Amino acid sequence: MQKLMLLGDEAIAQGAIDAGMSGIYAYPGTPSTEITEYILQSKDAKEKKIRAGWSTNEKTAVEGALGMSYAGKRAMTCMKHVGLNVAADAFINSSITGVNGGLIVVSADDPSMHSSQNEQDSRFYGNFAMIPILEPSNQQEAYDMVHYGFDLSEKYSIPVMMRITTRLAHSRAGVIRTKSHEQNEVKLPSNPNQFILLPGNARKQYKTLLSNQALFEMEAANSGFNQYIEGTDKKMGIIACGISFNYLMENYADRVVPYPVLRIGQYPVPVDQVRRLYNECDSVLVLEEGYPLIEELLRGMLNNGKTVRGRLDGSLPRDGELSPNLVAKALGHEVAKEVSVPSIVANRPPALCKGCPHIFSYNALNEAMAEVGKGRVFADIGCYTLGFMEPYHAIDTCVDMGASITMAKGAADAGLLPAIAVIGDSTFTHSGMTGLLDAVVDNSPITVFILDNETTGMTGGQDSNGLGKLEAICRGLGVDPEHIRVVSPMPKSHDENVRIIKEEIAYQGVSVIIPRRECIQTAARRHKADAKLKGKEA
Amino acid sequence: MKKDIILGGVGGQGILSIAAIIGTAAVKAGLYLKQAEVHGMSQRGGDVQSNLRISDQPIASDLIPVGKADMIISVEPMEALRYVPMLAADGWIITNTTPFINIPDYPSKEELLEVIANQPHHIILDADAIAKELGSAKAANVVILGAASPFLGLSYEQIEDAIRITFGRKGDEVVNLNLAALKAGRDEADQQMR
Ligand SMILES: Cc1ncc(C[n+]2csc(CCOP(=O)(O)OP(=O)(O)O)c2C)c(N)n1
Ligand code: SF4
Repeated sequence: MQKLMLLGDEAIAQGAIDAGMSGIYAYPGTPSTEITEYILQSKDAKEKKIRAGWSTNEKTAVEGALGMSYAGKRAMTCMKHVGLNVAADAFINSSITGVNGGLIVVSADDPSMHSSQNEQDSRFYGNFAMIPILEPSNQQEAYDMVHYGFDLSEKYSIPVMMRITTRLAHSRAGVIRTKSHEQNEVKLPSNPNQFILLPGNARKQYKTLLSNQALFEMEAANSGFNQYIEGTDKKMGIIACGISFNYLMENYADRVVPYPVLRIGQYPVPVDQVRRLYNECDSVLVLEEGYPLIEELLRGMLNNGKTVRGRLDGSLPRDGELSPNLVAKALGHEVAKEVSVPSIVANRPPALCKGCPHIFSYNALNEAMAEVGKGRVFADIGCYTLGFMEPYHAIDTCVDMGASITMAKGAADAGLLPAIAVIGDSTFTHSGMTGLLDAVVDNSPITVFILDNETTGMTGGQDSNGLGKLEAICRGLGVDPEHIRVVSPMPKSHDENVRIIKEEIAYQGVSVIIPRRECIQTAARRHKADAKLKGKEA
Repeated sequence: MKKDIILGGVGGQGILSIAAIIGTAAVKAGLYLKQAEVHGMSQRGGDVQSNLRISDQPIASDLIPVGKADMIISVEPMEALRYVPMLAADGWIITNTTPFINIPDYPSKEELLEVIANQPHHIILDADAIAKELGSAKAANVVILGAASPFLGLSYEQIEDAIRITFGRKGDEVVNLNLAALKAGRDEADQQMR
């Protein structure tokens, strides 16, 4: 079959299309976004009537996928690592219910925090849920693992996690499509109690999950994705997980490592293979992207066995992503001294686009806040977080999606007044609505900005589920319609906007200000697409 | 044959369009390819780079080891220098001279070009001006590609073919413009290397 040049994300998407997936449910988040985007743009997926779209948040995404699995079909759900925190309730409990149609949960980690607020390692979530985890080392494996993962999921009626990291997600290489699998028919679960987690049922289901652990480990031990590669020099054994295997191989021009290597792409950790490596070798070097999961297990709390090297003993940095050079150093290879970046080079941090509507919202907010004082603007995650940077310095917090409104409320409860929340339209529907209800219930004196650029800007302009619905949502949650103010974030409206903001700050209850103008990048993309469509019609 | 290429620029400058043309030529030539891209936060006007590796042998790492790149191709002069630590001792810098100024402390252009000129191997060209003269500023990236073409381990004809494939959908006029841009960049490189 034909070789395609695919990002790791795209390889997963193509794998899902070919493996008979019937639906994908996702909320955007770097580096996972391109999985769903590929399916949304795929003609093949359209012809196969694969359901694809953006969910309101990661929890609704996992639940949607679980519902499709309940109905007997194969489903996938994708998110960035922190999205799994939002979805954790659904995710953990889905391991207790198990699945009917195959279910794959893709969680994309971002070590080095290229576009994230932390570098948590999703493998811990997979272990916590006690489900199999697949971790590809290259794009072809990413493709193949989707086929394998759906089969494994259906074999044991268990969700399967696929864990990737930024480098694989956003790196392109050749992928050969293999088999294709028809979509499943709708079919009810054979056990009508399976999905009712009343304690009586849940205890039984949990026992099944526990007894399956040995089988999952057996699957990992026999898996083609875990490989014990013999080596002659037993002074050291190497465990290489996922993409770190590539960094290891990069350090041997002939691709022959003198040491025994255990390559891991499927979890639970294949203990027998690990034991063999440990027994055969004088010491063990563990290469894993993310947290030192295997290293910690191997070393134990007392660290009184053989020498185990990795992120915990300083052989590798404790944080950040790995690289060929870091692995070279850990192997004890000679590494040429790094030249430094010429001192003339200035930092170029990301910034709001020229003409971005958020700029004018912040200009007005800053002026209105000038007389009030600093430290009172609770913001959120999105392009508008860049309002922290020069020259705006407009915001004081950014923690997790939705935290703006609830933190402003908490600060107002403490007496820090006025308290302002700034949240994007997509973030608002993701997890701001529930917090706004908290504020309404207490009639907290907070002023909430919902920056409505009619898109999910930060992640590349996906449709925003609140489009055209924001005022109705706020009214429905109980915000007084007189204190829902829509303004235009344009220079010419600046003075009027400052006046409105001051009025609403003075109001001793919940008010919502909605600066509304489309993101200029999304608008440009829309115009281009429209023009293309017109060209086709003509 | 193995070429490790760093592409540099600023989010929104379209460095991936250069990668796509090289990639098309490489794949057609039956070579292996790995290309690590930057998506996400940095695309908002921050510095972006791509690691492009082509080889007649399978490639292990998606990232190029530090100090091992054969060349830096940059659409912006300051961004070319950002990746100097990646470059091998005998590696080339091929860079545009037109600065993209979106920060308050952007250095002086003259000093920047001087630092680049002090690097051992370099091709420095005003791709924007050359492209404009040919009729479209949009072709600047292909001018830079032309200037990099002697170093790619691919024949000039293979790159021309890749341009025909990449722009074919847009009609002959666009194809010819880009072929001319490629040629202009190549001529400039040939002259500077003489
Ligand atoms: C739980 C979680 N999911 C996803 C993301 C990724 N993410 C960061 S910002 C953002 C979208 C922001 O959109 P919006 O609130 O509309 O603001 P804009 O970027 O358009 O200004 C997303 C999806 C995240 N950081 N955390
Ligand atoms: S992408 Fe849109 S929302 Fe984000 S900074 Fe640019 S214009 Fe603003």
